[in-house]
Amino acid sequence: MEIKQLDVLVVGGGPAGLAAAVELYRKGIKDILVVEREKHLGGILRQCIHDGFGLTRFGSTMSGPEYAERFIHEAREMGIPCIVNAAVTEITNDKVVTVVTRDGIRKYQAKAVVLAMGCRERTRGALAIPGERPAGVFTAGVAQAYMNLYNRMPAKEVVILGSGDIGMIMARRLTLEGAHVKAVFEIQPYPSGLPRNIEQCLKDYGIPLYLSRTVTNVHGDVRLQGVTVSEVDEHMRPIPGTEKYYECDTLILSVGLIPENELSIDAGVQLDGRTRGARVNEFFETNVPGIFSAGNVLHVHDLVDFVSLEAESLADAAAEYVQEGRLPACPIEIVYDKNVNHTVPMAVSGTRPFRISMRVNRPMKDVRVVLRQDGREVASKKMKKAIPAEMIQFTVDAEKLEGSGKLEVSVE
Amino acid sequence: MKREFTCIVCPNGCEIEAEYEMKNDAVELVNVSGNLCKRGAEYVRQELVNPERTIASSVLVSGGELPLCSVRLNRPVPKGKIFDVMKEIKELKLSAPVSAGTVLIHDVLGLGSDVVVTKSVEKAL
Repeated sequence: MEIKQLDVLVVGGGPAGLAAAVELYRKGIKDILVVEREKHLGGILRQCIHDGFGLTRFGSTMSGPEYAERFIHEAREMGIPCIVNAAVTEITNDKVVTVVTRDGIRKYQAKAVVLAMGCRERTRGALAIPGERPAGVFTAGVAQAYMNLYNRMPAKEVVILGSGDIGMIMARRLTLEGAHVKAVFEIQPYPSGLPRNIEQCLKDYGIPLYLSRTVTNVHGDVRLQGVTVSEVDEHMRPIPGTEKYYECDTLILSVGLIPENELSIDAGVQLDGRTRGARVNEFFETNVPGIFSAGNVLHVHDLVDFVSLEAESLADAAAEYVQEGRLPACPIEIVYDKNVNHTVPMAVSGTRPFRISMRVNRPMKDVRVVLRQDGREVASKKMKKAIPAEMIQFTVDAEKLEGSGKLEVSVE
Repeated sequence: MKREFTCIVCPNGCEIEAEYEMKNDAVELVNVSGNLCKRGAEYVRQELVNPERTIASSVLVSGGELPLCSVRLNRPVPKGKIFDVMKEIKELKLSAPVSAGTVLIHDVLGLGSDVVVTKSVEKAL
């Protein structure tokens, strides 16, 4: 089979892939190809019809489809080749990419590959909720697609498990369309979504949010008839005797997102145990030279604006990689203390300013996020509150670093 | 009087504490703290006088590649009017093609807000 040569192949035509492609083109890298498996470009934004996107990236608020359209429009104006209805089935560690299209199988040899596959939802199976297997149990994103893309109303009486942002947004959407959302249950002792969504999606519509509770049984043979909800202890184990029955025909799950990295693993890309995305350096380059990763496939973001900005940084580095054939080495490792859940990147070169994205692993008040090298403070950020639902970012001046001693992030 | 707010203007979601007095129908903010920007104070004032929200929904499209297009309000409306506005949106029916940016209802229910298409839907092939 003929193998076509390319500068950059971008896997995924959602917000990360499109932003990377547009920025690569601007940097003069024009021999690129975006591969999207859905019929349309835009990724998950197409079904996120609510408002609130773009405040950081564009300075104005808009819906998901409008946000996506800005990048799709730019990519079209530039004439960036994008193929839809096409799935990447293999990426090798020397960057040969196999794509299945409507017109058959194609192979490309790329100088660089951008992983921008996004993430998928955790399902009921992954949580192992006991009980029967009736219809009426959906992840929040599936319910969102039914309603916002296919015009199907999936529910009348609803219980939501998990306080993720998509679940709360669907609580509002279902209520506006006439469903009755009884309650949202969260297993953690704190909400996992953003405070503004608790306010405008739950409180505005009188939907109660109960913490430290989970669904412990599912009832119904054909359609869901109800769920049993139990309180949990500090180890998140259900407490016997606290069971309560809720009649409902629909259970919506909003219990987390998982970066979709099957292709990355096959390419030999090393994943991080915490983010479940690739381990990358400040250039968003994985352990496989020339394979880059950004957006929700790298770590799950709360806001698409930061996905775009991250993909644009990736593109700057990938452009340099294509033009120069290499990027500076990144010998300085980033580690963190027990209050931090993860950081991105995991290593830096020490030669240029860089940005750290991170999350704390429990809610804290009046804290300082501190970056130290060999015990010496090199950057810090004061925060009134730090919560797991919000990604924290700060930039670091490379001139403050000395030698290749480890960097440690702590929250105190 | 004192009240706490979670600002919904931007993703920062500031926790704002407001001290205020009601004089007739007007609100006088005595002290506002916890907000990172001045839009927080504006939000608090609006919440105290007449809370406003924007909403998003969908409108049926016939003959299109999708059965519906998404719409949103370009300005917030009083919270109590949300379901009335939803009713107006549900009355609408369009035929493809539909382009994003089209105003479907100008000044919906006289509330000063327009219902705008946010996703283009092309004709089905």
